[in-house]
Formats: sequence, structure tokens, C-alpha cells
Amino acid sequence: MRPGSTSGACAALIKRDLLLVWRRRGDALNPVLFAIMVASLFPFALGPEPEQLARIASGVILVALLLSGLLTLDALFRSDLEDGSLEQLVLAPQPLSLLLSCKILVHWLTTALPLIVVTPLLAQLLHLPENVLPVLLVTLLLSTPLLSLIGAMCVALTVGMRRSGMLLALLVLPLYVPVLIFAAGACNAVQAGLPHTAPLLWLGAGLSLSLVLAPLASAAALKISLS
Amino acid sequence: MPHADLQTPHPLLEARALRFLRNDEPIFGPLDFAMHAGEIVLIEGDNGAGKTTLLKVLSGLLPPSDGEIRLHGDPLTLAKLSHQVALLGHLLGLKLELSALENLAFAIGLGGLRPRLSPTSALAGVGLQGFEEVPVRLLSAGQRKRVALARLLLVPASLWLLDEPYANLDRDGIELVNRLLDRHAREGGAALLTSHGAYAYTSGAPRRIKLKH
Repeated sequence: MRPGSTSGACAALIKRDLLLVWRRRGDALNPVLFAIMVASLFPFALGPEPEQLARIASGVILVALLLSGLLTLDALFRSDLEDGSLEQLVLAPQPLSLLLSCKILVHWLTTALPLIVVTPLLAQLLHLPENVLPVLLVTLLLSTPLLSLIGAMCVALTVGMRRSGMLLALLVLPLYVPVLIFAAGACNAVQAGLPHTAPLLWLGAGLSLSLVLAPLASAAALKISLS
Repeated sequence: MPHADLQTPHPLLEARALRFLRNDEPIFGPLDFAMHAGEIVLIEGDNGAGKTTLLKVLSGLLPPSDGEIRLHGDPLTLAKLSHQVALLGHLLGLKLELSALENLAFAIGLGGLRPRLSPTSALAGVGLQGFEEVPVRLLSAGQRKRVALARLLLVPASLWLLDEPYANLDRDGIELVNRLLDRHAREGGAALLTSHGAYAYTSGAPRRIKLKH
């Protein structure tokens, strides 16, 4: 990959962001630990009856993942804005939307993927029926990138403001709710023995739409935030 | 597109009736000027006169409120900027957790590399030999500035927009900036720098643009 070419730039950006996460790995683990803590606190609060836990298990895991993703969202462009890297990204010869896609990819790889990996463990903890776990994993693989993409759009809009945390939550939550409904819908359908492809297809459609549109929208919003 | 300035009469950078308003408050302008290859131009003005804003407008980060900017005779858009403009602002765009070399490697990946140069040689050229692997967080403000200057050296761009390039630098550093500017001008580049006058560009007699309130 030639330096300065589009693929070279994407590789350089992904490498840099992964390196940054690695250098701050203590902080990077926080959202993962948060989700595990939330999920493991439910049995203590609700009592250990397997039937009761099994009924809420998939919902608890989905909400825990969604909230932990929200925790890290504000940091997505914040440090780049504060140290001027964002200006350099905007002035780079490559399309900004593509570079932002790389940043969103790294965000997903470092916040959502570790949680998907530990999901089987959480499922055991909450007595999730075994036939639901594969569907839950597929749901997570479809919905977490979608959440990252939607989140990135909203962060790009609010990053120019100081103390934008509350506003970001207000912007993001209504957009997250449909994703949560479809994701939970798929899991509940399997648990009730009903067909579950429709919600998964909806999630897939949402993901492919936002894969194309969210980076473009984020790029436009970031340019507004910078001025 | 590169080196078109050598054959065509178009100036490298041209501003016509350029104005910038923020919330209907005029920041600078109207401003008319042209820059040719090999020219170093100094923007002078008091604090708050709009020097930084002018550089941001010229780099394409901010849209001008009025007037137009032409690069090699073509209207300026961010898409056309590729490999032509380098901006060094108050924020250096360096990652504090990464070493100087890692920061430069990223900049090269993004913007490309000038021929016959390497990050190590560029760092040596700005006086940072032996600091290649040190995280930028541990460098002083002047040394960080030098890392950013090394980036300027490595990444190809015909127009340099430098915001207070002398800030935080010692006497050697100021001479270093002047040396870099002279070399850049000899190689057919152009540079626009802001200064509040304390450490102005000394070699030659640069053209000056005065910004007033």
C-alpha cells in the first residue's frame, strides 16, 4: 500500500487508532467491564430463579451493551478535535467519510466486539436458553455496528460543543430504540418458538443503509462542527 | 495538477474580495492578494485581527462569507486540495500517547511522502535526533512544534499555511523555521505565515499583508 493512497491512508488511520486504544488500554476496558457488571448485577437484584432470569436475559444483555457503547461514544472524535488531528483529517486528500468509516470501525472493534466475545459467558450467567444464544449473537453482530454508526453521526453533530454529553444522549436514544426493539424482538421470538427472521432482516437493512449513509452524514456534520 | 504553476500564468493562490463574517461580525476583509510559487508572505495583525481565521479560510476549513479563493486558477474546494495545502495551526495535530515516529508514520500514510526523505532523517533535520521513540507527551512545547515541522517537511504540499510558526521555539528553532521556509520557496513552494511581529521571517524581504480590525 503506497503512502498517501486511499487504502494506505485507511490502513494508517486504523493502525494509529488501534495503537492509541492499546496505549490507553486501561480506559478502553471500562465499557466492557461496565456491561459485564450490569449484566451480572441483575441476578442479585431479581433473585436466582432460572425461569425468571431466562425471560429477561437477552433484553438485559442488549441494554447493557447499548449503554456501554453510549459511554464511549462521546470520546469518538473528542480527542481528535482537541489536539487538532481532526483538522488534519479534514484536510487530508482522502474523502473524509471514508476516514470516518475507519474510525467507526475501530470504535466497534474495540468496544462492541470484546462484548460480543464475552456474551456466551453472560448468557450462562443469566440462564439464557441455549437455542436463543446463536440468534442473540447474530443480533448483536448486526445491531452493534448499527449503533456505532448512528452514534457517530450524533457525536459528529455535538462534538463542537462543550459538555455535550446530555445532548448527545437525547439525540442518540430515540434512534437507538428501534434498533433495540428489533434486536430484542428477534430474541423474544426465538424464545417463544416463533419465526425470527423478519426483525433480523430489518436490522440487516438498517445496517446496510447506515453503512452507506452514516459516514457521509458524519463527515458533513463534522465539517459544520469544525467551523 | 502539481507544478501547473510553473507553466501557467495563474498564481498559486489568489484571493479576491475575500471576507469573513462570524455572526454578521466582520472578522477580516475585503482582502485581495495573489501569491506565486517561491513566495513567502507574512500576515501581520494584532491579536484578534483574524490571522488564524484567514488561514482556516484559505485552507478550506472555513467557507468564506464573501469573495473567492483560487488555487492554481481553480476555485478552491476541499476536494481539490489534495497534496497541495499543508496547515500548521495552534493545535499541532499530534497524538500525545504516540512517539514522534509513530505520529509521522500516520501523517505519511495520510498525505504521502516527499521523495528522498524518511521520518528519521526529517526528525534529525529538525534537531530531534534521539527523540524518535519518545512519546510526544514527554516532549516540551518547542520539541512538539519541531515534530510538527518535520511533518511539514515530509508530506508533499506546495502551499504551507503556518499559524505562528515561531511560537514556543528557541533561537535555533526560529532559524530552523526560516531555513525550512527558504528551502521550500527555492523548491517552488509558497508559504503564508502569521506573526504578531515578535519573530518575523528574516531572510529576504517577504511581502506583508496587514490585517486590521
